[in-house]
Amino acid sequence: MSIAVFAIFAVLTLAFAIVVVAHPDPVKSTMSMVVVLFCLAVHFVLLGAPFVATLQVLLYTGAILVLFLFVIMLLNLQREHVPATQGVTQRWVALLGASFFAGFLGMLLWQAQGSALEEPLTEGFTSIRGLAEILFTDYLLPFEMVGLLLLVAVVAAAMLARQLGPPGDTAEEERR
Amino acid sequence: MIPTSWFLVLAAMLFAIGTIGALTRRNGITIFLSIELMLNSVNLLFVGYSRLLGDPTGRVMVFFVLAVAAAEAAIGLALFIAIYRHRHTIDLDRINLLRW
Amino acid sequence: MSTEVLALAKYLVVVAVLLGLVTPLMVWVERRGMALIQDRRGPNRVGPLGLLQSLADGLKFIFKEDIIPASADKLMYLLGPVLALVPALTTFVVIPFAPPVEIDGSLVEMVVVPGEAGVLVFLAMASLGVYALVTAGYGSNNKYSSMGSVRAAAQLISYELALALAVLAVLLPVGSFELASVIEYQRSHFWNALLQLPGFFVFLVAMFAETNRLPFDLPEAESELVAGYATEYGSMKFALFFMGEYANMAILSGLMATLYLGGWSLPGWSPEPVWIDALLGAGVLAAKIALMMCVFVWVRFSFPRFRYDQLMRLGWKFLLPLALVNLLVVSALVVWGIY
Repeated sequence: MSIAVFAIFAVLTLAFAIVVVAHPDPVKSTMSMVVVLFCLAVHFVLLGAPFVATLQVLLYTGAILVLFLFVIMLLNLQREHVPATQGVTQRWVALLGASFFAGFLGMLLWQAQGSALEEPLTEGFTSIRGLAEILFTDYLLPFEMVGLLLLVAVVAAAMLARQLGPPGDTAEEERR
Repeated sequence: MIPTSWFLVLAAMLFAIGTIGALTRRNGITIFLSIELMLNSVNLLFVGYSRLLGDPTGRVMVFFVLAVAAAEAAIGLALFIAIYRHRHTIDLDRINLLRW
Repeated sequence: MSTEVLALAKYLVVVAVLLGLVTPLMVWVERRGMALIQDRRGPNRVGPLGLLQSLADGLKFIFKEDIIPASADKLMYLLGPVLALVPALTTFVVIPFAPPVEIDGSLVEMVVVPGEAGVLVFLAMASLGVYALVTAGYGSNNKYSSMGSVRAAAQLISYELALALAVLAVLLPVGSFELASVIEYQRSHFWNALLQLPGFFVFLVAMFAETNRLPFDLPEAESELVAGYATEYGSMKFALFFMGEYANMAILSGLMATLYLGGWSLPGWSPEPVWIDALLGAGVLAAKIALMMCVFVWVRFSFPRFRYDQLMRLGWKFLLPLALVNLLVVSALVVWGIY
């Protein structure tokens, strides 16, 4: 039963990841990314991390990708117009390189099966409490630093995206 | 019972797809999305290994990767908005001069 | 009976009640309530007291012509109403709607998904509601729709923060994300509405903003933006949006009842694990949700609408600091052992 779930969601993940990478319209790419992240959350649940899966949907799909969509809509980005003859070599080289890399890495990771114990999922393993205990004792400093990092990011983003001077400034610069 | 190595191979494939996207696209936002795809494949790897080794540290790392990805997305998109205001394009093939 | 079959049965029951009973009833309540407040009669011709008005409206929607604007982005346009139902159909799975019942010798929790990350799942699925607005507004290829959808999305994500912080303050003394534990806590202490008054206020205001109801309904304001993000939608697609909105209202009221008003419990009542008590508990929860829905209708026709900048200012400069201070005070009280 869980193999069927894994198979369906693995196929969905890969299919929509290819759409993200290949579709010329950035809005469709972002919506496909939403599907990919949701399928990844399902994979997290299958791997015994339901809390991480919930956080993934809450933060990544629910906030970060909304930000992406906002920016695309704000800038009114259109579909990419790339003539089919341009960059063919680049695409083939990228495809070959990435396939080699995936094949090599996949082979390495495949050998991980059977070499370590895979115990059935216990309540202690999947609990939020275990995660919290480690997070707030061993990893307290990185936790606080991440908080500071987010504050810096908010201030920096607000500063970078603001308009210098009254709106219409860039039009004046162009005329000059 | 699904062998965890299947998840790891899936993560490797996702990483490769993300790399192809980051290398071949011209639209800045799509490149950004491909990088986020790579980050998420790493998340899957972390959780997979956390399951394999029975160590909850992997999931703590995912937590941090998530937060850092959020910060990076915010700043990156703010940068794109600032660039768009000056160049009126996000096509990276046209924003390839530092200063003219 | 295996857990999956039980969960499916519970889910189907709740969905049937939500979409089949609550939504049509709510339409009637809204129109009669609106009429009473505005000193007129309201629908009273179709069926006794106008109760079949919702049925008549539904039939009308089905027979209307289904139009897709020529310049609309078809995929996004059609995706909007579908996505509007996603939070409505997935968020309620963590709310316990009755006290536990004994089935085949084992105690069965009356929650569809008795998971450990209860409220977080609710918040996660609720945050997906933004996509409905964004895809609808973008896909319609219409000035009013785009403006309405951007405003609605900004409003939703701003007030989501205050909502989550208020919820977090409730969870601190309880020590668990599960809503059943929150109800247990409230049965042994007072209702949280009294214990955490500022948090209750924040949740109330954020709830109105999350459901796009007056005084926060600028995104769909009839007098300002035609119909906001729903401008280009007619017949069943429009009906889907509003079904989603009413279902969302009911579910958020359910969450408020569970977090702040004690859920299915009444002070001084300990239910046995039998079906009668489960039905009584469900009835208590339903009564609390009904009360909350009447408050929704009452507020809608008593207040003027917030302007967009006032709305944003309220969310970020007043509600968020208040929620943060509430969280701080509650955590201090928990550390000092008062809670």
